Amino acid sequence: MAIEVRIPAPLQRLFGGAKTVPGEGRTVGELFDFLEARYAGIKERLTTKKGELQPFVSIYLNDEDIRFLEELETPLCDGDVVYIMPAVAGG
Amino acid sequence: MGEMVSHAQEEAPNECCGILAGVGGRVTRLYRAANAEKSPVRYNIAPEELLQIYRDIEGNGWDIIAIYHSHAHTEAYPSASDVELAFWPDALYLIVSLKGHQPLLRAFRIVEGQVVEEEVKTVADEVEQQASP
Repeated sequence: MAIEVRIPAPLQRLFGGAKTVPGEGRTVGELFDFLEARYAGIKERLTTKKGELQPFVSIYLNDEDIRFLEELETPLCDGDVVYIMPAVAGG
Repeated sequence: MGEMVSHAQEEAPNECCGILAGVGGRVTRLYRAANAEKSPVRYNIAPEELLQIYRDIEGNGWDIIAIYHSHAHTEAYPSASDVELAFWPDALYLIVSLKGHQPLLRAFRIVEGQVVEEEVKTVADEVEQQASP
């Protein structure tokens, strides 16, 4: 599955400065494994040690937050666009 | 700056929040956002709104230059939560405080837990010049 992954500024240095990278995977979880194999260190920014989505990052599949889909089990199709978005939050 | 102060005053006692976009260090647009926490001590831009804002910024070829939020009752300095949740180290973190007699805006870089204050005058001038369409 040819997926387009959009990288936000804070994470671009993990991707050699790229704003967009191609990805593969039948699910979001597989996509993250694919990315980790090529860009070491990204997976720990996205998932916890328990294998859940990190609380302060949102992943969008096209227009939808995967927390409202099937989280890391969310299936992917050719041509999907995945956005990685760190939270804008504080106190 | 006036726009950020107005936003802060309108949302008080809850914290307000928003994003300044621009290119080459110059602000091109201020995006007011809703504080999904609706809290006087926490702010969070809801993911769906953040995506909308980010897409608009990206579509215009801009970057996120600054993230602003307000402290209705505390000083214009990053709280422990602000430092912990500063996930955009390339952005300036602007804080508007309504604590004193006059609203106060201060700017900070927060990188890996380190807080460095930045000169506000330049930022304020830039925002004043660019915030009006």
